[in-house]
Amino acid sequence: MSMKILVGCKRVIDYAVKIRVRPDKMGVVTEGVKHSMNPFDEIAVEEAIRMKEAKKASEVIAVRCYSTIQQETLRTALAMGADRAIHVEVPAKDCENLGPAQVSKVLAALARREGASLVLLGKQAIDDDSNATAQMTAAHLDWPQATYASKVSSCDGKLTVTREVDGGLETVEVSLPAVVSADLRLNEPRYATLPNIMKAKKKKLDKLSLGDVGVELRQHLAVVAVSDPPTRQAGVTVDSVDSLIEALRHAGRI
Amino acid sequence: KLWFHFSLYKKVKTNFHERSYFCVSASAGLTDEQLATQELATRFAHNEMLPHMAQWDQKEEFPLSTLRAAAQLGFGAIYCKEDYGGSGLTRLDASIIFEALSLGCVSTTAYLSIHNMCAWMLDTYGSEELKARYLPDLATMEKCASYCLTEPGSGSDAASLSTTAVKNGDYYSITGSKAFISGAGESEVYLIMCRTGQPGPKGISCILVPKETPGVTFGAKERKVGWNSQPTRIVHLESAVVPVANRLGEEGEGFSIAMSGLNGGRINIASCSVGAAQASLDAVIEYTKTRKQFGSPIAAFQHTQFEIAEMAAELLASRLLVRNAAVALDTKHPDTVVLCAAAKLYATRNCLQVIDRALQLHGGYGYLKDYPVQQYLRDCRVHTILEGTNEVMRVIMARHLMAS
Repeated sequence: MSMKILVGCKRVIDYAVKIRVRPDKMGVVTEGVKHSMNPFDEIAVEEAIRMKEAKKASEVIAVRCYSTIQQETLRTALAMGADRAIHVEVPAKDCENLGPAQVSKVLAALARREGASLVLLGKQAIDDDSNATAQMTAAHLDWPQATYASKVSSCDGKLTVTREVDGGLETVEVSLPAVVSADLRLNEPRYATLPNIMKAKKKKLDKLSLGDVGVELRQHLAVVAVSDPPTRQAGVTVDSVDSLIEALRHAGRI
Repeated sequence: KLWFHFSLYKKVKTNFHERSYFCVSASAGLTDEQLATQELATRFAHNEMLPHMAQWDQKEEFPLSTLRAAAQLGFGAIYCKEDYGGSGLTRLDASIIFEALSLGCVSTTAYLSIHNMCAWMLDTYGSEELKARYLPDLATMEKCASYCLTEPGSGSDAASLSTTAVKNGDYYSITGSKAFISGAGESEVYLIMCRTGQPGPKGISCILVPKETPGVTFGAKERKVGWNSQPTRIVHLESAVVPVANRLGEEGEGFSIAMSGLNGGRINIASCSVGAAQASLDAVIEYTKTRKQFGSPIAAFQHTQFEIAEMAAELLASRLLVRNAAVALDTKHPDTVVLCAAAKLYATRNCLQVIDRALQLHGGYGYLKDYPVQQYLRDCRVHTILEGTNEVMRVIMARHLMAS
């Protein structure tokens, strides 16, 4: 089965960093702050590489859509085992408007251009938590989608995907080509090894413009304001179960 | 909410300090590959070492499986050639790696660096046959190595060592004792500096002695203030017989081989001190922001701020000196020995002070083993002593500076 897999890699603020709201309240501070690959995207990259190692796929292509600065996210994907990478360059001033609506168009265009049969994405990015890119990409391509995957197996042009949903686990079968989004328990991403980090230097990293993929960016969302969550209020100690019930009733909780 | 799930998944204990990135970032000025390498080492340290650091120290456990996992990533023979399994990287890469790993456990990282030093000595001075026999296992840490120079009677005066190797046909018979040997008892490969000729440095050779050689025994495990995740023992050799082929380099070259290994070893140990100081600085910045006294976080007091500013400057200076020495070694700069001595002297001393000040700023909590600062301090305390005392570093530098 010579399936090509396209994997999306987003560079986000590292999960361990303490986020600070910008003074202009239009976003969070990103200058000089540690960034890394979106954890769910890492899981997607790992899954794609495992499929290649199991000979279910012939090529894993890591893609990223952003301004030119900082290539290390794609290099990480290459160091984990992706075969090559594509960076769709977006002018810096337009990057603020890059959301699922825009990125999904780019991913769809790339999937067609590269002849990919599977687009593997993280279920959501930990900065905007949109959880929409995979779904929109599938819509643009008119492909089936299997989101929140915690298990993926492939056989004869079909994928069996176990999804983690609110009610529990749901198993679906999708025929290829398809879009899948990775959830937390799909796998545990490998460490890149030093030899692979060095080998990644020699792997192909193509740069494309939006024109090359035939996508025009349009702004669909405007950020109104970004603020800290309200600080936690002190609780009240009550002296009996009756007072507790009364207090809950008074607060409209029961 | 997501971070919490992820931190559980990644088996990182919710820590008294989160990773913080300030002007003294260890990532400044690195290439993409170096950043990727640093990211790898940092991640490994966070996930595989940091959660166990306290236990390894308190129970004096030698974490062989963790060391082997690190070797799987290429950390076992970082600057050895790729011919026999080395990673073929530079001293600067090694410094970045050891600095990053030290966050997870200084003691374990320091032992890893000693093992790397021995592997490099074999890679550089051993015969092809000897390398083929031992290097692949050293690279994977299937076998661990120990560096044996110091004796009960010769520390700083290393060239006066008295362990003797008597040649008999194709064999050496080695008798003597080596003291303070890191990894002794666990390692399979011992690089023994011993006397094959005249008194003084020119009569010393470096010979590889496998653990199973009859006549090799070990003293009791030393009880130490720190470096507890690695065993330290005396190595006794009583007519231990090894083939002449086990010698690294020529007879009489052993001392300069030992010193050449130590140049890099000094950079490595200094890197460990820098990593521990960074971890301590990160920890104390977070601590002072949360700890409140007299109605404010103690971070609001100018004394606290001035302390932290000075600590940051010392840390930055130490890191730059160490990386400078690494680059000097990589590029075979004529002043390499002196630059390595300067880096070791400065970084081990000043980073120890940074960690000590961080402990002080933690107040009483800094003295509890629940907080890592005390372990960074105890582990780094020995760095001003081994691989050449800081006093000897001054001797080396003065000799160079005052030469007529």
